[in-house]
Parts: sequence; structure tokens; C-alpha cells
Amino acid sequence: MQRRTLMKAALTAVTLTALQATTALAENTVLKIGFVGVTSGPAASWGISNQRSMEARAAWINETGGYTIGGTTYDIEIVSFDDQKDPKRAIAGMEKMAQEGIHYVVGPNVDDGAAAVRPVAESNGIMYFPYAFPKALYQAPASNAVLGMVANYQSGPAIYKYLMEEKGVKTVAFIAANESDPLSQREGGIEAATALGMEVVSDNVTYQVDTTDFTPVLTPVMRSRPDLLVLSGVSPANAPQLIRSARELGFEGIISTETAQDAGVLAEGAGDLANGFISVGGASTPELASPMMAEFVQRYTDMFGEYNDESNTKVYALEYILETLKADPSAITDVDAFQVTMDTFEAPNPYMNGDAKLRYVGMSSFGQKRQVSVPLVVNVYQDGAFETLFVAEVD
Amino acid sequence: MEQILANGVYLGSQYAMIALGLTLIFALMNVLNFAHGQMYVIGGFVTYTFYGQWGVPFVLALVMSCVTLAILGALIERFLFAPVIKGSSREESTMLLAAGIAFFLDAVILLVFGEKQRGVPKIVDGVFNWDFRLIMPYDRILICVLAILSIVAFIGLMQYTKTGRALRALAQDRTAAQLMGVNVDRYSMIGFALGAMLAGLVGGLLVTITGVNLGMGGATSIKAFMMVMIGGAGVISGAIWGGIILGFMEAIGLALLYQYGDITYLLIFVSLMIFLAIRPQGLMGKPWG
Repeated sequence: MQRRTLMKAALTAVTLTALQATTALAENTVLKIGFVGVTSGPAASWGISNQRSMEARAAWINETGGYTIGGTTYDIEIVSFDDQKDPKRAIAGMEKMAQEGIHYVVGPNVDDGAAAVRPVAESNGIMYFPYAFPKALYQAPASNAVLGMVANYQSGPAIYKYLMEEKGVKTVAFIAANESDPLSQREGGIEAATALGMEVVSDNVTYQVDTTDFTPVLTPVMRSRPDLLVLSGVSPANAPQLIRSARELGFEGIISTETAQDAGVLAEGAGDLANGFISVGGASTPELASPMMAEFVQRYTDMFGEYNDESNTKVYALEYILETLKADPSAITDVDAFQVTMDTFEAPNPYMNGDAKLRYVGMSSFGQKRQVSVPLVVNVYQDGAFETLFVAEVD
Repeated sequence: MEQILANGVYLGSQYAMIALGLTLIFALMNVLNFAHGQMYVIGGFVTYTFYGQWGVPFVLALVMSCVTLAILGALIERFLFAPVIKGSSREESTMLLAAGIAFFLDAVILLVFGEKQRGVPKIVDGVFNWDFRLIMPYDRILICVLAILSIVAFIGLMQYTKTGRALRALAQDRTAAQLMGVNVDRYSMIGFALGAMLAGLVGGLLVTITGVNLGMGGATSIKAFMMVMIGGAGVISGAIWGGIILGFMEAIGLALLYQYGDITYLLIFVSLMIFLAIRPQGLMGKPWG
């Protein structure tokens, strides 16, 4: 008898909890935002930092009552799809988003995936925010892609110019993985360095994406004795090993990249050898991060156990989507309205101290506003953390 | 030239170790273990956790990698491969099972260890520099020596112990070994555990140099298969030679062909195709298997 009573009580408790949860979920309308990107394999770090940034922010919004757009309060649901860095799967992912009636998607993370999903996105009324740099994605007649970060052809010249003027850098060598993104970034870097008057002393050394030992790869580059070694499009997994091998081979110049990196990964993989390494980051250095950024980092850490510095730039895409929808609620189902709003949209940047703004840019690079205005924060790694080297803006 | 030779010896020794476990499992069970790379990655993560995170001495962390992978290998053989081999005579059954295990282990690695690249503090500081003609960090030299010693110890185990003799008998003729009183089930499990342990050992050794991340498994398996194909599937000495040859081809190609772009692996694959067309059984393998 006692056991039956206990079971009844347990069943009632479970039912009540389930009802409570359902009621809590049902309080607000759900707004689905998609993510299509790479969350497995060697480049998983890029996509997972995207996905987790979105999930951490969505959980935060939902926990604090939802997000109000045009008088309706929404709970944010992130619908994710792992494209495994395969353009065919990226297309399948974007088709899934279309089937679910999603109009706003973050990703894909790489050039070929971002190019592959364009027809699906444009024919199904989906705005997507890739982390890929080919200009054709953002120039007319392309209409639905919005670059989610600063491109290498925007950050590279700024970094090289700074290093020429402040550090007296005259010669540069490039090394890139043998795949489309790093190679195109290398070409952009060579063009920018040459235009600034730097001498390119090595520009044809590449490595397989699955390389784990970079000493043989770097040996010929080191013979060219550059002042600056640029790791074009380097993934966070490869950066520490490349830095370590270069330093062990006796390289004493400056090492830089135009991709976002993680300080913890650099500390573990290269230790003090990574001191002085220059990369592009977001707004998380202490002097730039707002209290909201600090809370985001804390919530992300609580949710996933460890923060990823790559999320400093990836925190922005979801915020841009939601803020733009708030500015024009009709855009929730109408991406044409979203595109019109983008031209005049402006809102305070909640993640940076000071009067920084969220707005769309890209007129100089693309001829239309198809890029989120993320601060171009150039960081230098020092003793386990990033320090801000300089901050610039992209037009 | 000195640098090329040193890089070749270093790469060759680590590659040989990676290929040894794979070829051992193939020799004993006729199983192409596609999950070998994932086992290597787990070995790296175990050493990372014990040595890099918890501050346990490196040697002890390395032992933990070996023990963990030996247990994992034994369990995989006992509960997955053995029933499939008994229930199906089709070779593709074990191949599909191995591929499934590889995907499963990838997912487990992501859940347990995360997506980030991981690294551990250097076990030895300093760099050997002979007038910039030969540069080799001391930790690489140490790892290279440890890898060579491990290979020698493995050969000794296979040649001079009862277990080694039983494993060799099993590899040569399973039925004859059974008729001679070898407990085939038991030694199959021991052999698989030993193969997995070798993957764990090399993963633990190399995490000090290359670090480790969840994406390394597939690429490691492909390289291991290449070495085994070069040397001859199922032949221990073939795996060692396969590793050394691949290591030297890589070192020479990267040093001499860099100005033509990334063609080293293209040439390695072309050479491998031509070589296999002429000698499909590999260097040391027998045409009849």
C-alpha cells in the first residue's frame, strides 16, 4: 500500500513538473533562429563557439522573460545543424531551416559552404550570417548574406600598417593550410602587404589541414628570415603548434593572424612561446568589455564549463538579428523589410564600453550594407591572456 | 640535409608506432580498425587530463593512457567485434562496425573533452641547435627515443614471451593455433587490447609535441592505413618500415618541394598507387595474405 502511495505521489510530482515546464514554455511565442555550421571534426571549434554563443544568449533571454518585438514577447529557440564543413550538408541544413519556417540563420563558417547555401537562402527568404569572406556573397546581386565578422582583407591591412609604423616591419612571409579559406586569405594578405610596400619573402608554403607536426613545414619559411610571419586563416587548433615550431626553429620576429583565437588554447599549446602573437578578437579585453559582456562570459562558462575567446566576435550575430527585428517587427517573416531596415538601423552596442553602436556596414567593401559592424579589436597574447593592441572600425 | 634526416627519423618513429597497433589488430582478427585514430586521440586526452590538468607525473599519465586504452580495447573486442566475427563471415560487417565505433568515439570525445585543441606543458625545455644546420627541440628527441624504445619493447614482447608467441601463432593460422591449445578468444582480446594500448601510448607521447583535438582521429587512421599498405598488412616489421618510409617521404617532400605548393602528399599518394599496382601485398606482405 505504501509503495502504491509513493508511486502515486511520484507520478503526480512528475506530471506537475511536466505541466509546469510546458506552461513556462507556452507563456511566450517561440521565435526560432537557425545555425548551420561545422560542429564536428577538426574545425569544430569554429562552429561550436557560434552555436554555444547563441544558446547561451538565448537561455539568458528566456530566463529573463523573453525578448519583446513589436509588443509580442518571444522565447528564443536555437535550431542547429552540423554541416560537417561539407557544402552538400550545408545546403541540406539550409533546406531544413526553410522547412521549419526559419528566416534568420547564423553560419555557415567556411567559404564553400556559405557560397553553396546562397540559392536556398535567397529562394526561401532566409537572411544568413556567414563567417566567410568571399566578396561575391555580399555584393549585389547577392542580397541575403550578411558577413558576421571582420574580413581578413579589412583587418590585414590595418595590422600590417600598424606593424610597419610601430615595429618597423619590412618583410613578411605567409603560410596557409591547403584549403579554400586559408588560401584565399593568404592571397588577400599578400595583396594588402604588397600594396603597403612590404616585401613578401615567402608566399607559397602550405600544409595539409590534418598536419600535427609543423617543424618540417616551417623550416623553408624560416630560411627566408621574415620580420613578420602571417598564419593565414589559421584554425585555433593549428595556431599554437605553428607558433611553437616557429619559435623552436629560432624565429624571433612577429607572428600574426587575421582569425580569432582562444587564449587558453594558446597557453596550453605554446605557453610563453605565444607571447607577442597578434590576432583579431572581439570585445572581451578588460578595458573594452561592458558589464553585459562580462555577464555573457560568465553565463557561457556556467552553461558549458569553459569559455571560448572566439565567442567574443560570435556573440554579435544573434544580437544583430534580434535588434533589427525589434526595429522593424514586420521583418520577422519578411526579409525584404529586414534588408530595408538594415540601411538605417542603429542601436547601442551592449557588449562594449563607451558609445559603440550596432549598425550594418560594408559600403566600401561590398557596395551595400551587408556586414555587421563588429569592432576590429586587434589583440596581442601575453602570459595567458589577450591585451588590446589597437581598435579600429570597418566602414 | 641533416635537418631532413632528423625530421625523417622523428616522423618515421612516431608513424611506425601508430601503425603497429593497427597492423597487430589486422593480423590477429582480419579487422580493419577504422577507430584506431580515435583511440590515439583518447590516449592523448587521458595524458592531457592526468598530466596537463591534474599535475600527475608524465610517466604515470602515460601509464594511465595505456591502461585506459587497453581496457577500452578489450571491451570493444569482447562485446562488439567477437560477437560480430562469430555471427558473420562477411568482412564488411567488421569494417562497418569499426566505422561505427569511430563515429561513436568521436562523439564521446566531443562530449567529454570538448571541441578545443589541448596541449600540455613541455616535458623537457630547450632546443638542440647545431649551427642552424640541425635544429631539434629536446622534447622531440626524447619522444623519438621513447618511441624507438617502445617499438623495441613491443618486438621483444612478441618474440620472447608466451603471450607474444601465442599472438604470432594466432596471426599465422588461427585454426592451427586453436588446435595447438591456444585460447583463441582470450588471445584475440589480449591482442586487440595491446593494439589499442599502443594507440594510447603514442597518443600520450605525442600530446606533448602536437597537442590533441577531436578532429585528429580520422586523419591519423588514414595515415596509419597508408603505412600498413606500404609495409604489408598484418606484418609487424612491415608497419615499422611503412612508418619510416612515410616519415622520410614527408620530410624530404616538405623540404625540397615546398616551392611548388602542397604537392608532397599528392606525390606520396601517386607513388603509393603505382607501388600497390606493382606490389599489392606491400613490402613485407605475402601475396596469399
